[in-house]
Amino acid sequence: MPTSRIGIFVCHCGLNIERTVDTARVAEALRDYPGVVHVEDYDYMCSDPGQVRIKDAITEHRLTGGVVAACSPAMHEPTFRRAAEEAGLNPYLFEMANIREHCSWVHLDREEATRKAIRITKTLVEKVKGNHPLEPIQIDHTEKCLVIGGGITGIQSALDIADSGFEVLLVEKEPTLGGHMAQLSETFPTLDCSQCILAPKMVEASRHPNIRVLTYSEVLEVSGYIGNYSVKIRRNPTYVDPEKCNLCGECSKVCPEAVPSEFERGLVERKAIFIPFPQAIPSSYTLDENTCLGLHPLRCSECAKVCDVEAIDFDMQPEILEEDVAAIVVATGYELYPVLNMGEYGGGDVPDVIDGLQFERLLSSSGPTGGVVRRPSDGKIPERVVFVQCSGSRDPENHNSHCSKICCMYTAKHALLYRHSVPDSEAIIFYIDVRAGGKGYEEFIQQATEEEKIRYLRGKVARIYREGDKVVVWGSDTISGQRVEIEADLVVLAMAMVPHPSTREISRTLKIGCGEEGFLKEAHPKLRPVESLTAGIYVAGAGQGPKDIPEAVAQGSGAAAKAIALLVQEKLTHSPEVVSIDEDVCGGCGVCVGMCPYGALSLGGAGTAECNEVLCEGCGTCVSACPTGAAQLKNLTDTQVHEMIEVALADV
Amino acid sequence: MSEQTKSVFEPRIVAFLCRWCSYAGADLAGVSRMTYPPNVVPMRVNCSGRVDVGMVLKALEMGADGVLIGGCHPGDCHYVNGNYKTRRRIEVLRNALADTGLNPDRVRLEWISASEGRKFRDTMTEFTERIRELGPSPVAVEAGAHGEG
Repeated sequence: MPTSRIGIFVCHCGLNIERTVDTARVAEALRDYPGVVHVEDYDYMCSDPGQVRIKDAITEHRLTGGVVAACSPAMHEPTFRRAAEEAGLNPYLFEMANIREHCSWVHLDREEATRKAIRITKTLVEKVKGNHPLEPIQIDHTEKCLVIGGGITGIQSALDIADSGFEVLLVEKEPTLGGHMAQLSETFPTLDCSQCILAPKMVEASRHPNIRVLTYSEVLEVSGYIGNYSVKIRRNPTYVDPEKCNLCGECSKVCPEAVPSEFERGLVERKAIFIPFPQAIPSSYTLDENTCLGLHPLRCSECAKVCDVEAIDFDMQPEILEEDVAAIVVATGYELYPVLNMGEYGGGDVPDVIDGLQFERLLSSSGPTGGVVRRPSDGKIPERVVFVQCSGSRDPENHNSHCSKICCMYTAKHALLYRHSVPDSEAIIFYIDVRAGGKGYEEFIQQATEEEKIRYLRGKVARIYREGDKVVVWGSDTISGQRVEIEADLVVLAMAMVPHPSTREISRTLKIGCGEEGFLKEAHPKLRPVESLTAGIYVAGAGQGPKDIPEAVAQGSGAAAKAIALLVQEKLTHSPEVVSIDEDVCGGCGVCVGMCPYGALSLGGAGTAECNEVLCEGCGTCVSACPTGAAQLKNLTDTQVHEMIEVALADV
Repeated sequence: MSEQTKSVFEPRIVAFLCRWCSYAGADLAGVSRMTYPPNVVPMRVNCSGRVDVGMVLKALEMGADGVLIGGCHPGDCHYVNGNYKTRRRIEVLRNALADTGLNPDRVRLEWISASEGRKFRDTMTEFTERIRELGPSPVAVEAGAHGEG
């Protein structure tokens, strides 16, 4: 039933509107407008007394709708709709006419601005006339959450959600939890041992009664919507029963096949049957089927022969899990931009040019050299190491345009740790700027610069090449303007942080976007940093953009808080301003089905289109395409829009 | 009182602005107190993809001298890809308008993000000036619009 007893509330907003718009005249122009039964203007409609006026008017004049001519609906639409609801009126019968941001603040001529304000207000009166009372759509939801990525961000997210009493599936592609943090030696600026602070978290996640850890697993498919996602996960076979494996390591010793170790960043090899590092979770060996000679007892099976506990099972099959979850946290993390892409720095052909994570392994006491810094080519302890910041970062022409944020800090850490480890050594750092925004970060950089044998050289490195057993670094010092040529024993490139290679694929699977650099896109860069544009899917950690551990952990907790806020609700609500189909008019052409980006429309049994209101986001793209007018957006129908256009252009 | 004088033609323009980008860009222009001509009456739609040919034609028929559609930049649509559909739809419409003898410049599609208050101001100013140059829409004149204000 169209609304016909409409109240108009014109706000002065102090002088914000009143200065340029004659509010009394706006009110007067609407007084005798068809359908309007009450008009008033007031200093501040959003104030408590202003809202009381609105509520009183609704009761007194038995209003069936209202227009508040004031600021942007982005500002106070919820305020006035709540006031209407409190007075017993359906909130969807109240609209705002924006005569401040779109009128009084942008025009100088009072006469012109007043006319425009009248026009704008009338368009909203026409809209309200066609509005229907609506009820938010209620959605049931499951009580489980999926966290994709088992690095520190994903672990933190999973723990926070699980501690709130909800079940979590923690999916990690690699055979162990931990992510890149497990590879780090010590962490800036406090220099605490990375493994020592990470391992307890990994153990906690694996033992938590509400967390199911699925390592060596991948998310294959995701469908559904907020509160009700269906996910398909593949658990790849590890061919080792983690319940039986006692970590004796005999299998690895006898295994004849070896490939570069991923965990050790290729500095050493691992066997086909391996454990990435001793503290790995789950604590079990994994048989990599791509490296193994063949999963057949006749081909090799040396490992199975020596396994006393009979943990090895060549017949293990991939397992497909189908789960329903309410929310998804995406924490897919980062990878380093490959040194191979840096032709100017040897492109991976110079063995003693390594990336930052390789250097972490050389510094780590659990690393391949036992914490003694030895260069890869000949195992010599380097006496002079050159560090190159911004390798592959801040170079939009050749590589990546973004700043990787953490390299200034970890390069300072590398130089300090190296200097402490090799007493007579010299560290030279090439930098463009030193960016040390963070608690205790600047102080840490100061500590590094005060070291006598750490030299900060402002400039860019143009070329790196091998000469004899030295690595020559050729660049310029932009402060002195001199060309610089340094013979180093080892060069460490602070490679750009880029999204993990799986990010693009996972963003497609989840239908959430990626930004230009390929990082996961947040709903709003400032106000909604952990939400994706898809309701119920959250983003966190270095997959969303370069960040350090404290930021990644904070974001992991933030995403968890968002997921928990959703999980604790008894029912989820969804805007009812969605599409409806008039079955009597619909010809069943199906054009709308192809237009909908959410898969909300389908052709039903009767041959006419059907809209799943839960999936519909209310964009109205299908409405524009519908050739018969059967598809209409609730409370913004073609008829309403046409009425609005008429008054927008009519004389005032 | 007359809304126009004989010497200066004041065009009537409607703008369909998507809620997430262009409407918010208009809000930002307001918050930043940027000034532009008052000829444009804005209308909020959820997505520029909601703007159909019928709406634009209705506006022209009712006497609009110009119609502006504001959407999110390509790739930034809040509803995934509604703006791409609008782009195609409006281009077809502009070609059809040209065939009827109406200057297609009277219908303009612009990508204005929520952070582009300045672009919103500039677009409103330029578009109003362009329509002023083109003069009253022949459809509007025939329909008897631009009478006494």
